[in-house]
Amino acid sequence: MNYASWLFLGVFLTFAASWVALVFIPNEQLKGLQSQRDEITGELHPAPFSGEEERGMRVYVANGCVYCHSQQVRGGDWNADLERGWGSRRSHPKDYIYDVPQQLGTMRTGPDLSNIGVRQPSAEWHYRHLYDPEITSPGSNMPPHPFLFEKRKITGARAPDALKLEGEWAVEQGWEVVPKPGARDLVKYLQRLDQSYEIED
Amino acid sequence: MSSIESTSPGGAAVLVRPATPEPPPPEIVSERARIDESCAVPCLVWFASSLFWLLVATVFGLVASLKLHIPGMHAEQAWLTFGRIRPVHLNLVAYGWGAMAAIGVMLWLMARLSRVPLRWPAALVFAAGFWNLGLLLGTIAILAGDSQGIEWLEFPTYVAFLLFVGFAITAVWALMTFAQRRVEHVYVSQWYMFGALFWFPWLYATVQVLLLLVPVKGVPQAAINWWFGHNVLGLWFTPIGLATAYYLIPKVIGRPIYSYYLSIMGFWTLAAFYNWAGIHHLISGPVPAWLVTVSTVGSMMMIIPVATVAVNHHMTMRGSFHLLRYSPTLRFVVFGSMAYTIVSLQGAFMALRVYNEPFHFTHHTIGHAHLGVYAFFTMIMFGAIYYIVPRLTGREWASSRLIKIHFWTTAVGITLMFLVLSIGGMIQGFEMNQASASLGSLMDEHGFFGGVYEFFGGFEVQNGAVPFLDIVAGTIPWLVLRSLTGVLILVGHVAFVILVVRNVHAWGKQRRGGPTLFHELPATATPALATTTATTTQTPAGGEERA
Repeated sequence: MNYASWLFLGVFLTFAASWVALVFIPNEQLKGLQSQRDEITGELHPAPFSGEEERGMRVYVANGCVYCHSQQVRGGDWNADLERGWGSRRSHPKDYIYDVPQQLGTMRTGPDLSNIGVRQPSAEWHYRHLYDPEITSPGSNMPPHPFLFEKRKITGARAPDALKLEGEWAVEQGWEVVPKPGARDLVKYLQRLDQSYEIED
Repeated sequence: MSSIESTSPGGAAVLVRPATPEPPPPEIVSERARIDESCAVPCLVWFASSLFWLLVATVFGLVASLKLHIPGMHAEQAWLTFGRIRPVHLNLVAYGWGAMAAIGVMLWLMARLSRVPLRWPAALVFAAGFWNLGLLLGTIAILAGDSQGIEWLEFPTYVAFLLFVGFAITAVWALMTFAQRRVEHVYVSQWYMFGALFWFPWLYATVQVLLLLVPVKGVPQAAINWWFGHNVLGLWFTPIGLATAYYLIPKVIGRPIYSYYLSIMGFWTLAAFYNWAGIHHLISGPVPAWLVTVSTVGSMMMIIPVATVAVNHHMTMRGSFHLLRYSPTLRFVVFGSMAYTIVSLQGAFMALRVYNEPFHFTHHTIGHAHLGVYAFFTMIMFGAIYYIVPRLTGREWASSRLIKIHFWTTAVGITLMFLVLSIGGMIQGFEMNQASASLGSLMDEHGFFGGVYEFFGGFEVQNGAVPFLDIVAGTIPWLVLRSLTGVLILVGHVAFVILVVRNVHAWGKQRRGGPTLFHELPATATPALATTTATTTQTPAGGEERA
């Protein structure tokens, strides 16, 4: 064999080793995971995505929420994920079986969202927070997302999910701010983020 | 002198005897001229494209940075929201600037080291067209909200296809050039390029299939994501960066690489260990513990190739450090090589749980990323472009002052950016995981030093006591400083682009004589330095045979 062949064999084998170990085996190990049924309520944990949640996840992806928000509560001895109240337990591979693409994230410019549906169950809170984070979280450096909302003239009755805006955010008399469909879906997705069930092994 | 011959880039052809600088024989001069002529159009097209995307990516990075402390800026524009421009910044740096500069450098290095001109250079221009079209469409897609949502892989599948075609053409061309080499000896730079040409398509194809075309379910996606995200740095940018440094350092100082055996060891240990890193992004996360452990071991083992390369480069440079005063290429490349040592050692320790868990999800990690991609890889690419372009155009750089501006703004800018993000990120991580009260509140109460004392005095291994919005408030001053360092770097990039445009288009006053250096050479130049420059004036073709 000449030099180039040895070189080829070397770079092939070294790389193939990690491909098998880090790409192939984890998937073989974890691909059989299935959701579990709560014997009392009959609910599936985790539940498959509804159509709204699926669309909401796309809004989450399109606007790059993952660049500031993780979705993983770590175990380990050197972090305070549990102490901060970001979850009642460590995240488990089972929690993510329906998540494509996964949004585990690498950054916490904002807090972890693994259980945001438990911490903030109210859609109204999410709408106000998305419209301008300063309303609910003064000092936040999260960008406002006014483009997920529509300011429109009230025709007839006020829309049921129109935002209650006061002070500097108040809109003129006769006008209202309502979430666009994307914002509604996104909030459905955020409300779905819940890892509070017990994992059965 | 045979040992020197075998370790010099290009083998015997560029043999330099430090004590007696002689011009190379005429047949070598004309051979190099033919090679450079064949490279001129394709390499300049790849370089020009890379610089265009560098400017665009820098502006996006700066706007993203500003938005972290001015969140309301243009908030009504969906396409300008932080979560869209940040991935545009990353992808344009990685696939726009980084990969295109790397391919341009690689094509020239491969031709020069193989002593073969590039055949059918038009195909490489065609490949650049595919690549640029892919970047344009990918950028539009992300800004329009059509991201794939996976870090490093936000571009849609049709963009990946365009990039893949562009890459395949350049890889085939580089490998064909290698196969036709007229030198028996395969230089260390060629091993690294060979590896990179083979690893990148495998990496990219794997993630395109398993994450996007027929996605696997659940957390293995995350493992694959970070296997890719880390290996695209370790097995694509790093080998090209090292190949370039291994070529340029001996070339500029006119001395061979210190040790052939250290070069071999450095390459094979990198090939063996780097590809195991990456899963440390999921330490204590929802993945099997063994996966994280093997990855952590791989990261620590990286100390071996890094130390090997560092020793080899340092021993090569020993006795030539004074040349950093004169040669722009050498200064950029040595800066990058030193940054490689620092970033890799830091990266190894960042894979340890005790370091990773507190600081992983903070700006500390962003600082590390910029140290790697910018201070190491980008600075070496700058050095390479300073070396290669005059050989392609036959013109020297127009302004020593602009090169100085470029070097100092980028070197100071990236150093400060690294420090600001590292320190700010450490405080952020400490407040998120260990501190009992935020540094800001303690400083208000106890003054500057008292506050720092109380801050670390309040340490608990796991402590979630600091309110999240206090942590955010603590990061803001550091983020403002980071934006300022970004402005500095943008100034440097503008200076560099002006230099390249002036060179390629022959605009403005042209320099005559030797290569453009930071300072005039002293009359009593050392023998190695004389080799670097003295022969230049004898050739009209733009420093054709500087060692």
